[in-house]
Amino acid sequence: MLIFVFRRAVLALLVCLTVLVVSFALTRLSGDLAASIAGPNATADDVAIIRKNYGLDRPLTQQFVDWAAAAASGDLGRSYLYHAPVSGLIRVRLPVTLTLGLSGLAIALVVAIPLGILAAMREGSAADRAIMLVALLGQAMPSFWLSLTLIIWFGLNLQWLPISGIESWQGYILPATVLAFSAIPALMRLTRAGMVDALSADYIRTARAKGLSRSKIVLKHALRNAAMPVVSIAAVQLGFMLGGSIVIETVFALPGIGYLAWESISKNDFPVVQAVVMILALLYIGLTLLADLMNAVLDPRLRAS
Amino acid sequence: MSPVLEVANLRVDFSGRTAAVRGVSLKVQRGETHCLVGESGCGKSVSALAVMGLLARGAVRDADVLRFQDTDLTRLSERGMARLRGDKMAMIFQEPMTSLNPAYTIGSQMAEVYERHRGAGRRAALDRAAELLGRVGITAPGMRLAQFPHQLSGGLRQRVMIAMALMCDPELLIADEPTTALDVTVQAQILRLLQTLQRELGLSLLLITHDLGIVARMANQVSVMYAGELVESATAEALFAAPTHPYTRGLLACIPIPGTVRRDEPLGSIPGTVPRISPGFAGCGFRDRCTHALPACAQTVALRSAAPGHAYRCVLPAEWT
Repeated sequence: MLIFVFRRAVLALLVCLTVLVVSFALTRLSGDLAASIAGPNATADDVAIIRKNYGLDRPLTQQFVDWAAAAASGDLGRSYLYHAPVSGLIRVRLPVTLTLGLSGLAIALVVAIPLGILAAMREGSAADRAIMLVALLGQAMPSFWLSLTLIIWFGLNLQWLPISGIESWQGYILPATVLAFSAIPALMRLTRAGMVDALSADYIRTARAKGLSRSKIVLKHALRNAAMPVVSIAAVQLGFMLGGSIVIETVFALPGIGYLAWESISKNDFPVVQAVVMILALLYIGLTLLADLMNAVLDPRLRAS
Repeated sequence: MSPVLEVANLRVDFSGRTAAVRGVSLKVQRGETHCLVGESGCGKSVSALAVMGLLARGAVRDADVLRFQDTDLTRLSERGMARLRGDKMAMIFQEPMTSLNPAYTIGSQMAEVYERHRGAGRRAALDRAAELLGRVGITAPGMRLAQFPHQLSGGLRQRVMIAMALMCDPELLIADEPTTALDVTVQAQILRLLQTLQRELGLSLLLITHDLGIVARMANQVSVMYAGELVESATAEALFAAPTHPYTRGLLACIPIPGTVRRDEPLGSIPGTVPRISPGFAGCGFRDRCTHALPACAQTVALRSAAPGHAYRCVLPAEWT
């Protein structure tokens, strides 16, 4: 088990390093940074001064080492757009995105797993087909459209929930629901497929031959074996939710990290872009590592290899 | 004495398309080994699963009599069947490699049977599991209880399956080809173990096999199945001394005996395969492969008596040659 954890951790660290290099390189490849900071009306002299002041005239390797060293000590540079330290911006925005993503995932799991199990237990029945049809519709529905529909119904017509901002926790309900909707179809399908597989396995016949109750057979013996792909995908989905909630954060005016990323990319605020890409990548890597470890807990055969 | 298990006219259909079992009747007496013999696909396993109430969805079971001790299994609910399974009647399977849940320890899987049927706590259940692992010849039971199935060999896993089946002292053990997937030397060990356990615990054993060597070694009573039908049933001595149904004789002719089989002679075989029988099929299922088939074979063939306690289902007289 220790060897397994160590190997996964080393792998995660290597991926981290690669991500740092790539996120740094991408911002430099996107054009002349000094020119875009200076703006369209700047003279060649202005651009030269900015290039010198921001240290953009130094060799790329030098710039990277300086940035990485500063980042390691928590200094992610200053935003040109907000004229504030990037680390401060992220500290304010990240909790919003984390709350949104985690509640979205929680809703998704609570809906998807029981429905997936139900569909698998009644494979081929009307209930199974109805559940799969809903999954298909959910997959086909664009999240901006669902967002607007929910805002019209629950925000404007019924006036049950706030339509924007996060003055209270109710502000998270609609956006988290929309996020959950995008994750539910995949989680449900995987749960169903895993459970259909598991329920036809020989060890389930053994469990039945032992006279175990139906709930124990389904929830203990089958679900444990069906859970692994679901755990892996749930981690990836949460990564998507954290990094890819730009549309939803924009529609619901949530000051999260996705909105920050979109803003800074469009304004070429490269210290923010670099930092956001890095933070999201680290979260992704952390989530994948967590999923690997959870799978090792679920399946003893993984621990041995 | 009343039999432990009595089955009369058991029928199993799969989604109305395949008649897997067509009127099987047998009795397992207390403390005896009853062998159910036949080649792959003849309905042996389905019959056993039907008795245990473990048939897959889409299978329909019907029987005139299906009695375990004093319990009429045809009237029992699924819940009632679950209470019997693993307690009074237990079953082990052909696939020791996949029959244990890979995600749980041996100890946890063995203990849950005892907890379920005896209401025992985890500690008592694990003690019982360790005792039974010792009983089936597994050394260091304490260590094995903490291991996962993938850490055990096929032979060990089958021993674990046997030990698990015995957790609640069952009256009847159904063993479905328990040694088919194992090495020859391990096969012999497992068979010896089953014999010992049966003697010591007074277990009634319904042993399903396609191997007549195992039958000769283990059986008191033998039922031969073909294409979902019982074609011959007798005591083991009577069956080997005077096999009557052409299929039984064919099976016996397939066994190579050292000394009598010459090197350049082909090994015995029955040409063809077991047909898939649709509902409404009439007559002897073996007639297309039988060298003695007569026009009368296409009509329903009744069970006839070759001798007291020796029945066969064929149009030929008992002393045909």
